[in-house]
Amino acid sequence: MSPPLLAVAEVGKRFGGFVALDAISLEVGAGERVGLIGPNGSGKSTLVNCLCGTLRHESGSVRFDGAVMDGLPAHERTRLGMARSFQLPRPFRSLSVAENLRIPLLYTVNARGGRHLPPTEIDERSRELLGLVGLTEKAGHLPRDLSQVEMRKLELARAMAAEPKLLIADEAMAGLSHSEVDDILALLRRLNERGITIILIEHIMRAVMSFSERLVVLVAGRKIADGLPEQVIRNPEVERAYLGE
Amino acid sequence: MDFSLDLLLNALAAGLMLGGFYAAVTVGISIAFGMLDIVNIAHPAFIMLGSYVAYYVNDRLGLDPILTGILAMPAFFALGALIYQVYYVAFERRGQESLRGLAFFFGILFITEVSLILVFGVDYRSVQASWVGGSKHIGIVDFPMRLLVPCIVSLALFGALHLYLTRSFIGRAIAAVSQDPMALRLMAANPVRIKRIAFAIAISTASVAGAMLIVIQQAVEPSMGRDYIGRVFAICVLGGMGSFPGTLVAAMLLGVVESLTQTFYGPSWAPAVSFGFLLLTLAFRPAGILGR
Amino acid sequence: MRNHLFLVAALAVGALVFFLARSVGNEYVFVAGYVVLQYLVLATAWNILGGYTGYVNFGTPAFFALGAYSTAALTKLVTLPLPALMVAGGVVSGVIGLAMGYLTLRLRGVFFSIATLALAVVLKTFITNWSFIGGSKGTYIVRPMTVPLLGSYSQYLFLLMLLLSIGAITIARSIERSRLGYGFAAIRDDETAAEASGVPTLKLKLIATTLSGALMGMAGAPYLYYGAYLNPESAFTLDYAVNSIAMPLIGGTTSWIGPLIGTLLLGGVQQWASVSRIFEGYPQVNVLLVGVVLVLFVVAAPNGILGLLRSRRRRSTV
Repeated sequence: MSPPLLAVAEVGKRFGGFVALDAISLEVGAGERVGLIGPNGSGKSTLVNCLCGTLRHESGSVRFDGAVMDGLPAHERTRLGMARSFQLPRPFRSLSVAENLRIPLLYTVNARGGRHLPPTEIDERSRELLGLVGLTEKAGHLPRDLSQVEMRKLELARAMAAEPKLLIADEAMAGLSHSEVDDILALLRRLNERGITIILIEHIMRAVMSFSERLVVLVAGRKIADGLPEQVIRNPEVERAYLGE
Repeated sequence: MDFSLDLLLNALAAGLMLGGFYAAVTVGISIAFGMLDIVNIAHPAFIMLGSYVAYYVNDRLGLDPILTGILAMPAFFALGALIYQVYYVAFERRGQESLRGLAFFFGILFITEVSLILVFGVDYRSVQASWVGGSKHIGIVDFPMRLLVPCIVSLALFGALHLYLTRSFIGRAIAAVSQDPMALRLMAANPVRIKRIAFAIAISTASVAGAMLIVIQQAVEPSMGRDYIGRVFAICVLGGMGSFPGTLVAAMLLGVVESLTQTFYGPSWAPAVSFGFLLLTLAFRPAGILGR
Repeated sequence: MRNHLFLVAALAVGALVFFLARSVGNEYVFVAGYVVLQYLVLATAWNILGGYTGYVNFGTPAFFALGAYSTAALTKLVTLPLPALMVAGGVVSGVIGLAMGYLTLRLRGVFFSIATLALAVVLKTFITNWSFIGGSKGTYIVRPMTVPLLGSYSQYLFLLMLLLSIGAITIARSIERSRLGYGFAAIRDDETAAEASGVPTLKLKLIATTLSGALMGMAGAPYLYYGAYLNPESAFTLDYAVNSIAMPLIGGTTSWIGPLIGTLLLGGVQQWASVSRIFEGYPQVNVLLVGVVLVLFVVAAPNGILGLLRSRRRRSTV
């Protein structure tokens, strides 16, 4: 059994008196497709922030690719191969869409192993990524000219530009149409086929069910289920969390 | 360094009274910055404005400075409301608070200070009030009136504001708006109006603070405001931002340290004390003394 | 590379400016020009940290004075040529910038800004209490009258500041299109997203602070030789604080051209005002107007003159 790519052990996070995460433990193997669901406020985004280093967790530890992540700043974790998209898109407002992709290319890809990408290759990769998400015509535009949906695609493209081993997509599909959701799912599946491990955080159940090999459920900061999707949704606790008593 | 119990106790007493005054000076920033997240670095300039208003009225009409400070509060309230409105329309609404907002308040600080220089000149100005010269004694410790009265007024102001913010509807709305503007809207209160009132209250405290300042310092000149920038932000941060109890503790602490430094090392080092406090706090304990 | 071409072009323009100034035949051109060029360096340096990276520094007087006072201290110990003193001033200011950055840059931007305010006051207090360099009374030197080859000492100072300006602008411009410049822009636009994209934000911010501080220190270093007298009041004036912020904000913060426009405009107007003496007896009106214009621009034209020009161009092509 190869060691898991991501090992989360008893991670806890409080905000003042409020317990956002209560001893969360989780393992994700290389190449897996894991879905993470839970009601609003259950701590999904907090967990992502702790994993990626945007927030500091108070207890427990996170190991990624064999290395301990605790205490490492976010940019180090990204360079080691963890990338995430933000739930509310956070583009670089004064840079064009194409330039937004340059940042991870310049600072993550370039920072790994010696060779710096020449400018022509940077432009090419940026164009390729824009094509993958369907933003080619908007390459020279500023983020404020993008629609909500396009901004989410940019958010995803920027995470992909970092060439991660693990991609955490935080509600990347909110507000997308049926076919757009399918497009993104297909894209994520293609990435997964290339070997990228994916954690998908979503509310759109059909997307999560069709995509995930494994489903994890978070409620009020605790993990209440972790297993095969069909079994997890039949778990009475999960039903209660979503449908009430 | 002439160390004696007499000197020490008097320095401590002076420090505590000064601390009370500092709490009133800082409360405006506690509200504006601690609760509303508005970096009003111009607050000390408004305090100087308060000092000069007190001076002018005292000079022309002979009115008691602290009384003037209290009477002028409505005017300062209006000024605060106006400035917030400009700030909101120009920055908060557009989401560009950081760089531009800071530059805006810096400009206001600057304009206020230079305007005071143009109108009143750089000479020191002071006020005359019959009760200022006296002093109360308890044993070997002196409580000069010029420190004691402002301290009492400050604590009263501080306490009154704390009560208002925790008991009245508007007061609690102000606390709410800093935490969750959306929820406030659902309670049929307009966040912008609440913030405007809060900011106006903060500026109105400058009127009284300024009047007390000219009594305590005995003479003022326009650039003195700059010494207070470090003090108020140091106390605000050390006090845990919007927390009233924390601010009081921090203000007392700073007052005592400054007083001791001044007594045993000389007055020229005083400005460095507060700023040193600030830098150390920011570097090592940004959550404040009581933690958060 | 284009950067080298730009440097050559800038040096050519600089040479032109210098010889034009000589042809006027009045020494005052060099004296006034020195002040304007000094502001150009300060504004450009401020903009690297403020405009490019988004961190507002209110403590320009601190870094400027550090340069001036390091010259004062060194001059008492040993005689060094001015260029060496400028480098020393730059090093001292750069180190202080680095130290202060390290203490405060891990917090929110506003705390950094407040700390810069604090720095100026702390430094002024220390210097006022340090008798070795004159304390509050100040320090004097005897300024050389002439310099071989050039003639007047004022011309020499002007030339040095001109070269420093060209250097500052070239550095600013080369940062803009570089990897470093993109990193700065990412930090300015969204620091959290920048971190998540792999940008080492703390390291880059420290680079910006150190570079900005060092350039300001270099601008301050010759000050003692300019006026032959230096005291805390003159070194820590409000003029430097407000102008170094107003010039980039009014000109436009996104590019090296902005501080240049702002300096030439504001600096020119201020020099004209002092020469024409229209505010005779009220020297503060001069600097008050700068403050008013700053507030007006910040409120109404947040992207400065450059921003206004750009939006007019965009509207005409639509």
